[in-house]
Amino acid sequence: MTGTVRTWPRPLRWAMAVLGVAALAVLPMFPPPLLDTPGTSFSWVMAQVAMIALVGLGLNVVVGQAGLLDLGYVGFYAVGAYTVALLTSSESPWHAGGLFASGWAWLAALPLAAAITAVSGLLLGMPTLRLRGDYLAIVTLGFGEIVRLLAENLSEVTNGSRGLREIAYPNVGASAERPEGYFAAGNVIGPIDAGVAWFWLGLGLILLVLVLAGNLERSRVGRAWIAIREDEEAAEIMGVPTFRFKVWAFVVGAALGGLSGAIYAGQVQFVNPTNFNIINSMLFLCAVIIGGRGNKFGVIVGAFLIVYLPNRFMSVELGGQPLGDYKYLFFGIVLVALMVFRPQGVLPARRVRLCYRPADDSEPRR
Amino acid sequence: MIDFNIAGLAEGFWQLTIDGLSYGAIYALVAVGYTLVYGVVRLINFAHAEIFMLGMFGQYAGLLLLGFRPSGNSYDLGTVATVGYLAAAMLLGMAVAGAAAVGLERVAYRPLRKRGADRLAFLISAVGMSFVLQELVHLVLPQLWPSLGGADAQQPIRLVEQTGQFRIFSGTVTNLTLVIVVIAVVLTAGTQLLLDRTRLGRGIRATAQDPETATLMGVSRERVIMLTFLIGGVLAGAAALLYTLKIPSAIVYSGGFLLGIKAFTAAVLGGIGNVRGALLGGLLLGLLELYGQVLFGAEWRDVVAFVVLVAVLMFRPTGILRESLGKVRA
Repeated sequence: MTGTVRTWPRPLRWAMAVLGVAALAVLPMFPPPLLDTPGTSFSWVMAQVAMIALVGLGLNVVVGQAGLLDLGYVGFYAVGAYTVALLTSSESPWHAGGLFASGWAWLAALPLAAAITAVSGLLLGMPTLRLRGDYLAIVTLGFGEIVRLLAENLSEVTNGSRGLREIAYPNVGASAERPEGYFAAGNVIGPIDAGVAWFWLGLGLILLVLVLAGNLERSRVGRAWIAIREDEEAAEIMGVPTFRFKVWAFVVGAALGGLSGAIYAGQVQFVNPTNFNIINSMLFLCAVIIGGRGNKFGVIVGAFLIVYLPNRFMSVELGGQPLGDYKYLFFGIVLVALMVFRPQGVLPARRVRLCYRPADDSEPRR
Repeated sequence: MIDFNIAGLAEGFWQLTIDGLSYGAIYALVAVGYTLVYGVVRLINFAHAEIFMLGMFGQYAGLLLLGFRPSGNSYDLGTVATVGYLAAAMLLGMAVAGAAAVGLERVAYRPLRKRGADRLAFLISAVGMSFVLQELVHLVLPQLWPSLGGADAQQPIRLVEQTGQFRIFSGTVTNLTLVIVVIAVVLTAGTQLLLDRTRLGRGIRATAQDPETATLMGVSRERVIMLTFLIGGVLAGAAALLYTLKIPSAIVYSGGFLLGIKAFTAAVLGGIGNVRGALLGGLLLGLLELYGQVLFGAEWRDVVAFVVLVAVLMFRPTGILRESLGKVRA
């Protein structure tokens, strides 16, 4: 199918892409009857899809492109969310004044959250990325858990397990109808309710990340990551400074994770440590693996599946329990089944030969 | 936030040492499972924590089958009967965990090995199995056996009252501590003997050193791998009983995760791939954790394990005893 799309002329592809995005953008405003999620607001579900897709895109850089298994990605997500929370929540002792007390507070905290998370990625990556792959998985798992325990134990700063409330969110379009703007949770006036607003914001960021990540993928850095993923020793021998590029993958992935965390904090306006359980790391990982490691669009499909399906089937019951409760069981089965039967995921990454080849040798590598 | 309670550490030193050793002995038993599998197939069996968790449920089910019911008081049946019942429960826990470990290998690892999948695929498959096993106990088990599984921890069944037996300086050694440490040490020593002295052990060592040559010499690699998982699972089942003796309220579907991480830390600390290292690492980690708990405060106890893990991997990734199954010992 993708093969046919690739043969289309470029302007047509662009036109179809614009149309597709536009269709996607209006989708949550008018939920189609079959797609609609009973019990929960469809636009909120779509907003969550967008956010998980963003997380997935970040994790995809680490797991999909560089082939480093990060099981503590939720740690970066938490750092991003807590950065915004600590700066803007009225319950935080570090609640900053000035810009951070104004209507611009959320937007001002956003780049800071991404930057601080990038630094945390650097701090975690520098010592641990010298380790072999499976050690790295466990260490990152430990990191994710340490972040959560810190949030819980440093209660003078983070308010412990009670969490921080009243976190800033984008203050846009306040009117008599919507006293706190489009993004406030209280905005339930259709067709543009808060879910739609957050979905659009997420969609915009996803497009931005797609362009940036796409450029990165086609650059020297992206080729280095692929080389590391396929065979680290060979890459090193061929002159790729593998350690440096692994750290880069970690930093880029962490920054994106922090960005999504910041969006999450604004979206729910509340953070507490249980939101950053290790099980969420697994959820993010599922989005990347189901969609197809290394394929950006696959990751978005994966995010849609893992957020949408549990919400769609929340009200269907099996054995006295809502089907949505079984989501982790299904995710587990899907992970194992995918690894056994289709390790490349639903939409696998296109493997192209990166070396010089004669024109007639068009056989793909694998 | 963090207070350094050095006086508390000095005061409770002997008691902490004794308790730390009993926790450490349990970590060691679970760590052997990680270490053996790693030694033979160079793979971190991520779902081993869930094998341990199933062992806890196995022995609990055994006690239910024997007619015990959860109650606030401990049954006081006399030494001989108690030991008999506990041994029966332990055997069932070991059987469940061992079977689960072999099943796990069949379902999640063998197909990948046949296909020659990359390392990442093994890890992801293990993570998936971890989910599946947890959720089976969380959601499916209570529908099959109403008094087992579910979201909450099982009501404890206490067979033994913890009583002090004798004192070492200022620390009291209880009957439980004695049982835990003795059983753990005997089982790890037994495993080491099995590896060193028996035909099977030689097969395992040979496969760890050089799978291809071992196969050429007539060792069945698949059989060795299966038995390795079985041994690890059985030991985790034994550890599960000891752990529930120590902490009766620990039996819950998510109860394996933290212990799994700690046991893995123990394996790495001692030097992953060898049984002696697992024992040493387990005991050391148990001690460090309890000293840390008093020094920094109880809420930091679990952080100690993670910090130790990261520190060991950074500074001495080969662990304290730099040896493994795969290396020839002189």
